[in-house]
Amino acid sequence: MIQVQNLRKVFGSKVAVDDVSFTVEKGQVLGFLGPNGAGKSTSMRMVTGYFRPTAGSIKVGGIDMLEEPELAKRSLGYLPENAPLYSDMTVASFLGFCAEMRGLNGAAKAKAIDRVLDLCFLHKVRNQSVDTLSKGYRHRTCFAQSIIHDPEVLILDEPTDGLDPNQKHEIRNLIKHMGETKAIIFSTHILEEVEAACTRAMIIDRGKVIADGTPAQLKKLVPGCNTLDEVFRSITRSDLEK
Amino acid sequence: MKNRDLANTLAIFKREFLSYFNSPVLYVIVVIFLLAAMGFAFFFGRFLDSDNASLTQAFFFWHPWIYIVLAPAVGMRMWSEEHRLGTFELLMTMPLSPWQAIIGKFVASALVWAIGLALTFSIVITVSWLGDPDPGPIMTGYTASYLYALGCLAVTSAASAYTRSQVVCFIVSVALCLTLTLIGFPGIVDTVVRTLPSSFETVIRFVSYLSFMDHFYEMSKGILVIRDVLYFLSVIVIALVVTNMGLRSKRA
Repeated sequence: MIQVQNLRKVFGSKVAVDDVSFTVEKGQVLGFLGPNGAGKSTSMRMVTGYFRPTAGSIKVGGIDMLEEPELAKRSLGYLPENAPLYSDMTVASFLGFCAEMRGLNGAAKAKAIDRVLDLCFLHKVRNQSVDTLSKGYRHRTCFAQSIIHDPEVLILDEPTDGLDPNQKHEIRNLIKHMGETKAIIFSTHILEEVEAACTRAMIIDRGKVIADGTPAQLKKLVPGCNTLDEVFRSITRSDLEK
Repeated sequence: MKNRDLANTLAIFKREFLSYFNSPVLYVIVVIFLLAAMGFAFFFGRFLDSDNASLTQAFFFWHPWIYIVLAPAVGMRMWSEEHRLGTFELLMTMPLSPWQAIIGKFVASALVWAIGLALTFSIVITVSWLGDPDPGPIMTGYTASYLYALGCLAVTSAASAYTRSQVVCFIVSVALCLTLTLIGFPGIVDTVVRTLPSSFETVIRFVSYLSFMDHFYEMSKGILVIRDVLYFLSVIVIALVVTNMGLRSKRA
């Protein structure tokens, strides 16, 4: 469903993403790991068609993102980092707007809104202004937006960031459940999450893919390390080092 | 496909239009606009003393000066708010072309302004009751005034595409609108022509021809010339193209 080849992004003189390639099929959940500033978000922004890559090709659902962006974006749902929302809308009207942007109207729109309100446990805040929501609810509202059209491809930038342990658990289960029928990419800093929800994981550091495999494979990558956490710390470089 | 393009533009338009009415800013601006438009007409324009059943000098004359400040105040949130909230990223990953969003948003602000301008209808009633005005200049006056407002809104749209700060957008837009107004202001143009060597006159006349004011005066006097209407339409198109460039630069 997602085919990315030799993706490269340069901002000024800084190379943010360097020669990243991967494919994600239906039924796969790919986890993006890496230190802050490694190029995870930039990669995802290119796959979703927000940033234009300096070089490389992106295909979503077989459609070229660079040549036919509007068509390719139809099969794609995206949760940006920090879960942006229009602060002057209610949860239901925001989801309604997103549904309309996805070509859903009338009864189909109402049904789609109800479905995602259910899935993301948002019924209680349905008519509440987005401005007054707690962080957990904001995040779930934006998550609901990404799945409103039941997309085949889902890209989630730190979907569990800022949630409490119960909410994290729910979202993780949701990703795992949806991963059975969709192609999903999500980024995270929480390494247990990778083991809990991913079928495959990639560790990115300074724009380059430095490890790629199932969570079990990654754990055995470095001799003497038994957990993902230890592997992660031994192969990525901290920005605290000079 | 065509249907879908229109549906996208409409969805953007609807959201944007309603969001104007969700914020108190719009109501404040419309009230200030009405107070200013009427205040200038009655106190500075000496509308009642002039003993003249025409709105050109007393009423429409002041509109550009009001728009220079108020149109940016209405339009400043157009794109800068999207940048600030981060919803721009969300919008640009939805299946729509940037043009559909640009047009949807611009039309929403244009309709908001149409409502504001329509609320000045009472002065038309006043002048019709007190005298026997020629309807032609009133119609062209309103057309000129509205086109002026749209020109300012389009300039604001362009400025807002480049910044996430509404304040920066407001100041830049006011400066741009003021410049576009003053370069064609007869008093200023004549002074500059007198001061500089006569060889510069063609250049100065050309620059002043690019100004909003030059085209506004002609129309507000009651002469609806296609040339002037086309001028404002091209200003709008150019400003929206610049908006598109600004939005693209944010995604590079």
